Amino acid sequence: MDIQENKSTLNVVPRNNDKIKKIWKTALILLAITAAEFVMAFTMPRGIILYVLFMALTIWKAKYIMMEFMHLGDEVKPLIYSILVPIAFLFWLIIVLIKEGSDIFSLRWF
Amino acid sequence: MSAHSTAIGVSSKRGVWGGGNEPLKASYGKLMMWFFLLSDIFTFAAFLITYLSIRVSYPAYAGPATEFVGSNEYWPIPELVFDAIPFVHGVHAPLVFVGLMTFILIASSVTMVLAVEAGHRNDRDDVVKWMLWTLLGGITFLSCQAWEWNHFIHGSEGGAVLTYINELSQNVTETVFGANLLVNEYGPASFANLFFFITGFHGFHVTIGVILLFMVFYQAAVGVYDRRGHYEMVEKIGLYWHFVDLVWVFVFTLFYLI
Repeated sequence: MDIQENKSTLNVVPRNNDKIKKIWKTALILLAITAAEFVMAFTMPRGIILYVLFMALTIWKAKYIMMEFMHLGDEVKPLIYSILVPIAFLFWLIIVLIKEGSDIFSLRWF
Repeated sequence: MSAHSTAIGVSSKRGVWGGGNEPLKASYGKLMMWFFLLSDIFTFAAFLITYLSIRVSYPAYAGPATEFVGSNEYWPIPELVFDAIPFVHGVHAPLVFVGLMTFILIASSVTMVLAVEAGHRNDRDDVVKWMLWTLLGGITFLSCQAWEWNHFIHGSEGGAVLTYINELSQNVTETVFGANLLVNEYGPASFANLFFFITGFHGFHVTIGVILLFMVFYQAAVGVYDRRGHYEMVEKIGLYWHFVDLVWVFVFTLFYLI
């Protein structure tokens, strides 16, 4: 086999700096949210308010990862919904199993 | 859509049911990756919601954090369990190391998205460069996790005095060091079991991801995608890698913050 010329045969498009800037901006947002969570873990009293805040920030981060990094926001609407609508069912599972867990708590400790 | 999608020739030789068209304007590979990820979302969601459920079935530690001692009577405060960093012995650095791990994984997700962006432009040099950074990030994360597990299993200097039922079904009271599947010095047995199972399953995904990243890195470097005419494989493995990051974001919140 001959040594291949190690050059792209495809037409290389030059960098679009706006797009790359947007990626870095999203990264900064993700890191800022994580840093905020880190600070909150040590400064705020533990309790339901803090936990709800943590969950809200986590879902906010998840939104950035799915929409920007995984480019789900750029897909057609039916594809977006076919991913997001099934996930919405999980909220019911969360409610049911937290209720179940707290009932076990009551049975076990009272 | 069009701004981000990779151009893939739809062959007229393939029929409508043989991949000859693009439902939802996404290629076959990307669509199937999304459906696989959706099923994986459910798997991880089941694990994490189980964690929540078992978590609320135990009382939380109520006293001041400075006087915390591990016990299987209540759930521990995570920042007091995960408070060690490598190479520095006996320093109380709560959550610093897992914070660093999170940072590494998010950073590798960023370099991955840059590789995907370079793939859209057919820029082999940039793809190879960013894939390599992503690969390094993934391997670093796995190494950190290995250290984290090692530390968790071996435990602290003092351990904790616990009363529990041992493997011979005897009720014993003794000092326990570290964690195994039967008992651990930090909290109820479920605490360590869930930690091993969920972070282990995530780590398994990262391991598979690193292998796939290496394959794509190698193929990009030797020009397979140039000959194929598109860099869609980078995009597909990118979806998987971001998903691993996505799961870690939830693992971080549930295990280390709440």
